[in-house]
Amino acid sequence: MIRDVRIVSSRFGLANSHRLSTVLMRGAYDSLPIHLKRPPEQIVRAVDESGLRGKGGGGAPAGEKWKLMPRNSDTPSYLVVNCDESEPGTFKDREIITRDPHLLIEGMILTSYAIGANHAYIYIRGEYKSFELILRRAVDEAYEAGFLGRDIAGSGFDLDITIHRGGGAYICGEKSALLESLEGKRGHPRLKPKGKEPEWYFGAPALVNNVETIASVPYIVMNGARCYRQFGTAQSPGTLLFSLSGHIERPGIYEAEFGVSMMEYIERFGGGVKGKKKLKGVIPGGISTPILTAEEAARATLDYESLRTLGSSLGTGGMIVLSSEADMHGVLKNILGFYRHESCGQCTPCREGTSWSDQIASRMLRGEATMKDLDKLLELADTMNGKTICVFAPAVSGVILSIIDKFRDEFTERLRP
Amino acid sequence: MSFAFSPENLGKIEKLRSRYPSPKALTLPLLWLVQEQEGYIPGEAFDAIAEITTWSPMDIYKSASFYTMLRFEPAGKYHIKICRSLSCTLCGQAMLYRHLREKLGIKAGETTADGRFTIERVECLGSCGTAPAMQINDIYYEELNTLKLDTILENLP
Ligand SMILES: Cc1cc2nc3c(=O)[nH]c(=O)nc-3n(C[C@H](O)[C@H](O)[C@H](O)COP(=O)(O)O)c2cc1C
Ligand code: SF4
Ligand code: FES
Repeated sequence: MIRDVRIVSSRFGLANSHRLSTVLMRGAYDSLPIHLKRPPEQIVRAVDESGLRGKGGGGAPAGEKWKLMPRNSDTPSYLVVNCDESEPGTFKDREIITRDPHLLIEGMILTSYAIGANHAYIYIRGEYKSFELILRRAVDEAYEAGFLGRDIAGSGFDLDITIHRGGGAYICGEKSALLESLEGKRGHPRLKPKGKEPEWYFGAPALVNNVETIASVPYIVMNGARCYRQFGTAQSPGTLLFSLSGHIERPGIYEAEFGVSMMEYIERFGGGVKGKKKLKGVIPGGISTPILTAEEAARATLDYESLRTLGSSLGTGGMIVLSSEADMHGVLKNILGFYRHESCGQCTPCREGTSWSDQIASRMLRGEATMKDLDKLLELADTMNGKTICVFAPAVSGVILSIIDKFRDEFTERLRP
Repeated sequence: MSFAFSPENLGKIEKLRSRYPSPKALTLPLLWLVQEQEGYIPGEAFDAIAEITTWSPMDIYKSASFYTMLRFEPAGKYHIKICRSLSCTLCGQAMLYRHLREKLGIKAGETTADGRFTIERVECLGSCGTAPAMQINDIYYEELNTLKLDTILENLP
């Protein structure tokens, strides 16, 4: 049985849930005066002990990133909220900013206070212009009510929020590319440092977290780490706004705790596979996560451990359901077309690999490819898993290998001798 | 041709300056202001942006050309962006695109002779749960089918 748990979506169903007047009657911002008087370290500790994991796809423990932010330093620090949401199959952050933007703003206030930032940015994908307007109005409301700006709720803490509109580039969701873009440059991922350190924005330390990660913070700060850990599993505590799209009766987002059965989730919330067709596979967390066969999906639970054991990953929790109607040639070609378009082009294996593999997939789709082409595709996948600046290319590699490996017969059947 | 920010936009720029630690960060916000003002980004605007941001005009061009939503020539009055990514494909976007092509007599990347419509095929719009989806300018249209598409196009002013 799946329990009904709503941590991030608790106010989604209210009429006018995006307005300050609505959420003020539901406790929003209520306890700010108390929490903004606590030692900031206490808030960092609560988030650390809660085991909150980043909800933008990587699943990095939030507390560990927060602890890297310098305390009492002379230079400013920044919070940067990642609302670039462009991974196909993912549409949850959009729900938060349009249905409960004040939850995000409250989370940003608490987070900024905890890490010592007085300015926070929301980097929002350019296509979300109409949703951005809703978010902007909420930010304006928060300023007018004294929850943003100088001396928030009489606490002495100051915070400004600036919304920054992206220009249409998937790679800008990668945190260092996002910061490059926020500095006015092309969104090229940066080389990763060897040791653990924060991200940098114009030479100042910056914390980058996903919208949903930050929207989970108010619950944790108000109720404590133990309360958050009531839900989910030991390694994946709490909840996620999982989502369903593709061949499914009722697509959409439905919050659930980590650890529930994938098939039970698909049945209970999604109403099962579209048209009562047979399930062929599930891409578990956005197209960049390796595909599961129906048999693997039946064994999967929705948490980081289970999906890692199955050789895939939880990603963004955006499940794409494929029925027996799905043609794997079309799926592969579609996905590779995306990557070819979105590679930032800095690393040769990625730039060339995505382009070549897309061309091979086209030939395979048209039935013009031979076994040599298929081998070449697998070889390309191998090279993409080598040394690249960001994990985009290795992800492409994993996706290709999983699709070919698990549906090999379908591919070999269409090869020319 | 020359380019100048409107007085209203100059006011916005003054406000934007205080929101960033360096004027360099103003690149994207200014490119957006230009595109909103002119409908596209004329080459002359690079100098104006360079002056405010302290980047060189070449730097601005290099940045601008990276972002797919920025345009260097005008688009049709209605810029239709139809999603081609996986969830929309599983829900029938190819049929919609074909319908659109036949109806308007242009392919993706083209603009109708009367300047009314441009079609573009784009990647995931974040509407996978309400697929298939498209945008006309900044407005979303979701759970589309050919009938709905016809009605939407017929009702455009
Ligand atoms: C190619 C690529 C695209 C990404 N896109 C997004 C995105 O759209 N939104 C997001 O929150 N994180 C995205 N990420 C993950 C970010 O790099 C980063 O880990 C995340 O924003 C950190 O926040 P979190 O720990 O709260 O999830 C992407 C990563 C990669 C490699
Ligand atoms: S792996 Fe691909 S997307 Fe990532 S930095 Fe290299 S070229 Fe760019
Ligand atoms: S796949 Fe079309 S909106 Fe996501």
